[in-house]
Amino acid sequence: MTDLLEAFETAFRLLLSFDAGLLEIVGLSLRVSLTALGLATVVGLPLGGALAVFRFRGRGVAVVALNTMMGLPPVVVGLLVYLALSRSGPLGGWGLLFTPSAMVIAQFLLITPIVASLARQVIADLWVEYEEQLRSLGATSSRALPTLLWDARQSLLTAVLAGFGRAIAEVGAVIIVGGNIAHVTRVMTTAIALETSKGDLPLALALGIVLLLLSMAINAIASVLTARGEQLA
Amino acid sequence: MRASRSILPLRLSGLTWERGGEQLLGPLDLELDGENRVVVLGPNGAGKSLLLRLAHGLIAPSSGSVAWEEPDPRRQRSRQAMVFDRAVLLRRSARANVEYALALRGVAAVERGARTDEVLEQTGLLDLANRAARALSAGEQQRLALARAWALRPEILFLDEPTASLDPAAARRIEQLILQIREAGTAIILTTHDLGLARRIAEEVVFLYRGRVLEHAAASVFFEAPATREARAFLQGDLTW
Repeated sequence: MTDLLEAFETAFRLLLSFDAGLLEIVGLSLRVSLTALGLATVVGLPLGGALAVFRFRGRGVAVVALNTMMGLPPVVVGLLVYLALSRSGPLGGWGLLFTPSAMVIAQFLLITPIVASLARQVIADLWVEYEEQLRSLGATSSRALPTLLWDARQSLLTAVLAGFGRAIAEVGAVIIVGGNIAHVTRVMTTAIALETSKGDLPLALALGIVLLLLSMAINAIASVLTARGEQLA
Repeated sequence: MRASRSILPLRLSGLTWERGGEQLLGPLDLELDGENRVVVLGPNGAGKSLLLRLAHGLIAPSSGSVAWEEPDPRRQRSRQAMVFDRAVLLRRSARANVEYALALRGVAAVERGARTDEVLEQTGLLDLANRAARALSAGEQQRLALARAWALRPEILFLDEPTASLDPAAARRIEQLILQIREAGTAIILTTHDLGLARRIAEEVVFLYRGRVLEHAAASVFFEAPATREARAFLQGDLTW
């Protein structure tokens, strides 16, 4: 019991003193996940919107596939990216395995379906409201898409935040493709996993607290945005 | 005032629309030359909105045809506009809503500003030009929808129950604007179940009942001496109000 209390005490000391090792790990986590999120947003929002607006053969299948991919287990994504990037894999020549870039790729694959799928739902709902008016004004589906993405911007931000929450908190994919190498690919979740198994609880706890705070901040932002969105709806 | 040849008259022939095996509209034949203010009148569920959507090309008929004098579909589309019962405004400023519509119609950027100012002025919205469209009152929103449609300088304007969700004062302003838009040379086809509005606006009445055109007559004739039992009953309904 006293061990645990001491661990908490040390954890808070690490946090409050802005421990360099801690900051390095938090910084890399943010860099990797935000990069993945940026790419996932650029790809996922238009993709989800297109699935909502365009009618084409196989659209139903595509939507089911996308929704299924929302629940991809991170370790499976990690394994697939590992196989692709390993020296004997098809992309082995890039030499990206065990680098932050590999982690960005894995997280991108993991959260793009989430961003796209949530965006599809948001845009589909808005399209129901807008379709006749936009068509009456002379908009084609491809002209309507950017309009819908812009007008749904607040709800879409919630989709993006959901993607970020998933990226920053997952451990399975980044530990496989990053390898949890100190100062190179060690991020919050992989550090927690390692330090806990090593018995170094203070660092694990401090990182856990940072993760919790981040997740709280994301949820707070999301609920503020939702409230503001309802006001203007 | 009209720059080029007219897309009117509009001829609907053998028009039907069905869903789930149930025929909700038609078969009906109707010719509209746009000379008069036309009111499509009828009880709820008569198919008034359907008729407008079919004529405007938002939905495709199950059978029959919607034919304009103008053969080019692109010109047909670009010479029409529609105002819906509840204005669908984009989440941007009032001004940007009008400019957006003008951009869709390919109006040059330099001309958009001036045209937007003009219609906002004409609809009394110039002071609200930079306000978020969604934050305007219901009456202002509907006026903005009218302004947006008017800015397109359509030859024909379809209005689907344009005052149905408004209070009397706001509805009156919309009515005045509709008359003004007609004065400026745009043909008006409006649906309503509101007899007061119909009497004030209509020069020509199309009475729709259960998906069929029961009467198509000059407003004075229709209101004085309706030819069918259904129309008489509908007009009487007004008296018991």
